[in-house]
Amino acid sequence: MLAVVGTVPEPDFPLITGKVVLVDGDVCIEGERAPINRGTPALLAAAVKVCEALGQPAPMGCLVGDTGLGKGSRHLYEYVTQEVSRWDVKAMAFHYLQPDVDWHNRVLFAVQDMAEPPLLIADAGFMYAAKMSGLSCDYALFTPDVGELAFLADEEAPHPFYTRGFILHEDMKVPGLIERAYAHQNAAACLLVKGQPDYVAGRDGIHAAIDMPVAEAMEAIGGTGDTVTGIVAALVASGMDVREAAVLAARVNRLAGYAARPTPATQVMDIVAHIPAALSQMLPDGVLLERSHHG
Amino acid sequence: MSLLKLFKKKESEHGPQKGELQGRGILVFENTSEVIRGERVLQDAGWKIRVMGPPPEIRTGCDLIIEFPLMEELNILRSLQGAGIEPLQVVPVNSPLLQPVDIFQTKDFGQHLMVRAANMKLTVDKKTHTVVNISGGGCPDVPYLAQEMVGKLLDEAPSPREIGHTLCGYALQLAYEEMTRRC
Repeated sequence: MLAVVGTVPEPDFPLITGKVVLVDGDVCIEGERAPINRGTPALLAAAVKVCEALGQPAPMGCLVGDTGLGKGSRHLYEYVTQEVSRWDVKAMAFHYLQPDVDWHNRVLFAVQDMAEPPLLIADAGFMYAAKMSGLSCDYALFTPDVGELAFLADEEAPHPFYTRGFILHEDMKVPGLIERAYAHQNAAACLLVKGQPDYVAGRDGIHAAIDMPVAEAMEAIGGTGDTVTGIVAALVASGMDVREAAVLAARVNRLAGYAARPTPATQVMDIVAHIPAALSQMLPDGVLLERSHHG
Repeated sequence: MSLLKLFKKKESEHGPQKGELQGRGILVFENTSEVIRGERVLQDAGWKIRVMGPPPEIRTGCDLIIEFPLMEELNILRSLQGAGIEPLQVVPVNSPLLQPVDIFQTKDFGQHLMVRAANMKLTVDKKTHTVVNISGGGCPDVPYLAQEMVGKLLDEAPSPREIGHTLCGYALQLAYEEMTRRC
């Protein structure tokens, strides 16, 4: 099973854990609903679609309201450190959380103390904290966009806001940034870099570059990075190899985006709807059925 | 002029010079939104201050500090107190501080224009000036900022400075200001 830990942009959204279902365009956990426009709800919506298509159990969501003051995130960090030993999950994805190195470390150590530690995926704020902690190598997968990759490549920056100009400069190509991130131990075992093209890489170099189909407007649409993280997280939780899952997720996300015929004003929920068809198109005949029987 | 040259020029004009750190102090606040409020109060009062990254010994992960002329500490604290803002610490600067991002990248989609500052992207309809999308970022106020700004006109939407709380919010403010200059 996949567990997703993240936030909802509502100050009063309670801390809640449970099976995630989609209801009328919202993600719903134990009766609490959050719209799928971006952020962790968009990640969860994509993961739910993939789990459904593969016949896998629905993901478990662990969410709290936080609009940026960090109070909700810290409450969630504390909850996870106390409860995670009781969770039976194959993969955990950490998402929009207030970057806080001290809490990151407590959460990571609690997860590593589990009887069977899950594969760890970090995106967004939690990935920032993971990099700043110096413990990036403990993660199976990071899913940065190009701006965030530049931050991973800058060994001195504690947040993308401080990425040094010479690294951010547009002439600095993605393969060079990937190499630099690994050279300074600031990358997970696998990187899925979201851009044009998307890159899947490891310490041994670039494994794949995925550049088709192209829907240029995707870069401007909030939440498209969240959906690709949701897709890859669900694939990893299904038992797929992390690199293989990353390549497939990049292709599925592109295809779903392309099918939505997006403009820069398209909203991500219009893309989520196309994920099942895109997944079915990308997987060889029979794989969906096979995974639903053995998952 | 290339972006790299522009950056180098900016560094030499505004970056810390040899000996410049002497006589500078930093104000440390509980969270980034306090820094943003403090910055506005002090700039409005005419103080020469800069928003910068904290030194390593006090970093937690999502921090900004205000660098100020140490000689003016009491006056500056008085200005902040007058606005109900209380810094957690006032510390002399003894090492170079991190410089916030100051490079913008733009992409013209025809009907829409996208501006990127660090990890934040803001996209606006060039004709109507409506904010159509906000993407990137990783701090939890990003989805909140998008919720509050998308669908509104650039000059009617709340600015990230007003409702953001984190470094991603601050980066979006820079993109917002750049977009306002261009639209």
